[in-house]
Amino acid sequence: MIELDSITISAGSFVLRDVSLRVGSGEYAVLMGRTGCGKSTLLEVAAGLRSIQSGRVILACQDVTRLPPSQRGVGYVPQDLALFPTLTVREHLAFALHVRRMKIGTRVTELASFLGITDLLNRKPSGLSGGEAQRVALGRALSFRPPVLLLDEPLSALDEDTRGDTMDLLKRVQKHEGVTVLHVTHARSEARILADCLFVIEAGKLVEKSSGGYESNLERGDHEDHIQLPRSTSPHGRTSE
Amino acid sequence: MKDPSASKRFDTPRSPCFDLSFLILCSSLGGPYVLLIVALLASMIAYTTPAEILAALSTREIRFSVFLSVVSSTLSAIASVWVAVPLGYVMSRYDFWGKKLVDALLDIPIVLPPLVVGLSLLILFQTPPLRWFQQFIPVTYAIPSVIIAQFAVAAAFAVRTMRVTFDQIPTRREEVALTLGCSRGGAFWRVVLPESWRGLLTAFTLAWTRSLGEFGPVLVFSGATRMRTEVLPTTVFLELSVGNLYGAVAVSLLMIVVAAVVLIVVRNWGLERP
Repeated sequence: MIELDSITISAGSFVLRDVSLRVGSGEYAVLMGRTGCGKSTLLEVAAGLRSIQSGRVILACQDVTRLPPSQRGVGYVPQDLALFPTLTVREHLAFALHVRRMKIGTRVTELASFLGITDLLNRKPSGLSGGEAQRVALGRALSFRPPVLLLDEPLSALDEDTRGDTMDLLKRVQKHEGVTVLHVTHARSEARILADCLFVIEAGKLVEKSSGGYESNLERGDHEDHIQLPRSTSPHGRTSE
Repeated sequence: MKDPSASKRFDTPRSPCFDLSFLILCSSLGGPYVLLIVALLASMIAYTTPAEILAALSTREIRFSVFLSVVSSTLSAIASVWVAVPLGYVMSRYDFWGKKLVDALLDIPIVLPPLVVGLSLLILFQTPPLRWFQQFIPVTYAIPSVIIAQFAVAAAFAVRTMRVTFDQIPTRREEVALTLGCSRGGAFWRVVLPESWRGLLTAFTLAWTRSLGEFGPVLVFSGATRMRTEVLPTTVFLELSVGNLYGAVAVSLLMIVVAAVVLIVVRNWGLERP
């Protein structure tokens, strides 16, 4: 599970105050909102890459607020993928296993097979297409079997066909790895297909809507990346000032 | 509705005559400098013959000078990169109190007159702690002073180069490495350093070339004693002072060839925008 409890972040003029969010174990949550509203910032908070002024971060039932990113057990795929240019695909998939002194065994080949990148294992990132690079970044993040996967606009740079394939893959990954996913996007189609639960940041407030009820809001969609949702009816959903 | 005037403005091809005249203007203003460089090189090459160069380079003093220059430049370049990597990384990645002051300090060896750098080193090594140190390892007017004088200036260029190198590597990759289990040092070692090899090569070659050509600080701090602290620029100075122009030209040509090789290395394999 992923729980952000009363998080307050301030950076210059940007402020997110008293924001809370809870994703149950094994759920696929999508976080939406306008560009610059703080979606990616919340993801970085969960990963431990951004300090907070107050609040708690709980991942897999453990309070990790004071833990460094390396000890939080999160797989993180940033928007630009941030593949390592000097490493091959095989070395990307084995990177975390090496660092964490975990047994590599057949994990790399299994993961490559599952993600459909077996033929790319000896290639470097410069020779990969957008969809292939996306799969490598996903494999790198999943390699050490983290309980939590954080995806920052993972489909934004993909063409329509590749996006559809990757969405299928993301759903399969969630089921196969049993991982709890928090996926940041501003594409309604991704939320419609992927989300078990949906969160929306609007005017500094975060609202949760369980999967059954947000379809109508998505359909109404009077703005491409702006979804007006009613107050949360979920037991975990909170609004914040 | 489409604005026809705007369309005309953007669709009209630029006059080739205008481009040509502008190119001629730029060339006539900047071209003389290129010609000056070519003339300098050509005059040096035309002044002597290969036989005279070989004869000059085979003298015992100049061979010692070449040997000491290569060894001291290599040691000072290694020392420069050694300090430039951590300094460049800290200056690129961290904000701290007094950063602007440190930044300005790092530029001082670049902007300071070379003789002043030498004089400062000479005075520094006359302070009581370093005079005590020199009882065990002589520095001033000895070979270590050559390396220190070269290092004092070359390291500043290496630090600049490494900072630019690290600035060009996105921090996001390190952040991902942190989430994968690396410590900050581990992320630097496994992700940043392998990616900065072009910058390392550029920093090393620039520091090496700079060390090879360093004269002012070496003259003041190490003296110009033949077969003792004589490096290639010192040789040029000494040969000129005794009227041996052919010897000075031969050594100068050797330094030009080395500079050309370094330029080729940096342009082909080094940092794209040092």
